[in-house]
Amino acid sequence: MHPAYSVIFFTTASGAGLGLIVWLGLANLLGLLPAMPSFGYFTVLVALGLLSIGLLSSTFHLGRPERAWRAFSQWRSSWLSREGLAASATYLPTLAFAIGWDRLGDNSGYVALAGAVAALLALVTLYTTGMIYASLPTIRAWNQPLTAPAYIVLGLASGAVLMALMLAVFDYVPTWAVWLAITSLAAGWVIKRLYWRKIDSDKPRHTVGQATGLGGLGQVRPLDPPHTMPNFVMREMGFEVGRKHACKLRHFAVVLAFVVPAVLVVLMLAGGSVINIILAVLAVMSAAAGLVMERWLFFAEAEHVSMLYYGREAA
Amino acid sequence: MTTLPEKTAKKLGLLIDLDICVGCQACATSCKEWNTGGYSAPLSDIDPYGRDPNGAWLNRIHSYEISSNGSSRTVHFPRSCLHCETPACVTVCPTGASYKREEDGIVLVDPDKCIGCKLCSWACAYGAREYDYAEGVMKKCTLCVDRIYNPHLKQEDRIPACVRACPTGARHFGDFADPESIVSRISAEREGYALLPEMGFKPVNRYLPPRPRRDATTEADGGLKLADLPAKGDGSALDRLFAWADKMLTR
Repeated sequence: MHPAYSVIFFTTASGAGLGLIVWLGLANLLGLLPAMPSFGYFTVLVALGLLSIGLLSSTFHLGRPERAWRAFSQWRSSWLSREGLAASATYLPTLAFAIGWDRLGDNSGYVALAGAVAALLALVTLYTTGMIYASLPTIRAWNQPLTAPAYIVLGLASGAVLMALMLAVFDYVPTWAVWLAITSLAAGWVIKRLYWRKIDSDKPRHTVGQATGLGGLGQVRPLDPPHTMPNFVMREMGFEVGRKHACKLRHFAVVLAFVVPAVLVVLMLAGGSVINIILAVLAVMSAAAGLVMERWLFFAEAEHVSMLYYGREAA
Repeated sequence: MTTLPEKTAKKLGLLIDLDICVGCQACATSCKEWNTGGYSAPLSDIDPYGRDPNGAWLNRIHSYEISSNGSSRTVHFPRSCLHCETPACVTVCPTGASYKREEDGIVLVDPDKCIGCKLCSWACAYGAREYDYAEGVMKKCTLCVDRIYNPHLKQEDRIPACVRACPTGARHFGDFADPESIVSRISAEREGYALLPEMGFKPVNRYLPPRPRRDATTEADGGLKLADLPAKGDGSALDRLFAWADKMLTR
């Protein structure tokens, strides 16, 4: 599948923002946050900023962005529509949490409830994003039980690294935040490894013989293509990445997305206030680069069944 | 609405005979001509006479080589929307632009509602939907919905443009829900098949398989093979004359 940069940027940026909202709501419920309403404002600003930039960038993928509002209508059947609704719905309790904390001067009671609802909606949004891909039987690498969980776990992992940065900015690096980042990064690494192992070992589901229905007559081979230059279907669905390249990129993605941020976050236990901010910023940047690579691979490694008509033997 | 009708009154679709399709592209050309002025209009082309021509077409004609036991044959394979009974392209649509008509089962895109997210093209197993880069919306076969019910056309023209154009009669149009319709009868008789039925989209269109080859040169058993041709002559005068000519000419 063609890796569209707008979609890669959208899923990684909004994923991190949503992950941050989940941890913010949860940590607040457990009473783990610094008792400063400004922390609430700052974190919500970053989280919703990332979500908004992501949503905005996703509209660049559209042919008619001015009609994007129509995408809220078909939640009964469409995961994309559900994602749009869930993402938009997440704004309300998230804003209510930050504003309520500031105005009431208290982050318990209804404010904590708003944070919890925001966390839940953020989780639901991460799940709906994953389901857009996981629900497509035409793309074997996406139509996997681990696809949606991976979107949730990677969102939570990048959100946890962001949470470490938020806390470092307020000169507060508790051990729970470090542990949270390390465990969620480890979970991210495990789920991606399992996912890659699954798509590597899975057998192709269909052949060109099945796609044309001519396999019973003999070996089917494309002779004349229907057009001289690639059409939309080939441009969109026919993107291929070399096996060697993919292998290397997977290693880079793992190191940048999981290993480097984990090491940097651990170092924050020993660092001072300014050093901690620098470490956290570096961790966020590394995780972002790694996840962009991971997301690029998610598209580039996915084969679409329609390419059977265009010369792929099995998909 | 992108939720599917439980049942459609008709199942209009195409029956494509792979045995007699000659791959002339007349159906594709006729489709493009009609639809660039009809429901799907415009069916944009980008750089049509340049180095990298690219455009939205609703019908594509592939040619495949089928080989078995050392012999091979060419099968031309027209590919367009199959108007599935349970089309995933419709259910994934976030805007309701894609829909399946309850009255006849035709799958359509409302060009005024489509946001061009392309998700429907990802959901289609058959590569039947093509994005119009100039219009920013998705295009697909309409089964010539603007012809088949059009009272301004003569009765014989109220069929899809591709069917009307086919010079060999390899394309038929009709209602697959009616077991007595011509398409249902031919399909039953010649074992018409659906593409990738295991994916569960229940395509309506059917393909008629190529008939077994009948010419003596390629028949599997008892047919005429180059190796079977007599290597030695029968000793007649004519044969000796040819042998002498062969000897002279190869000198």
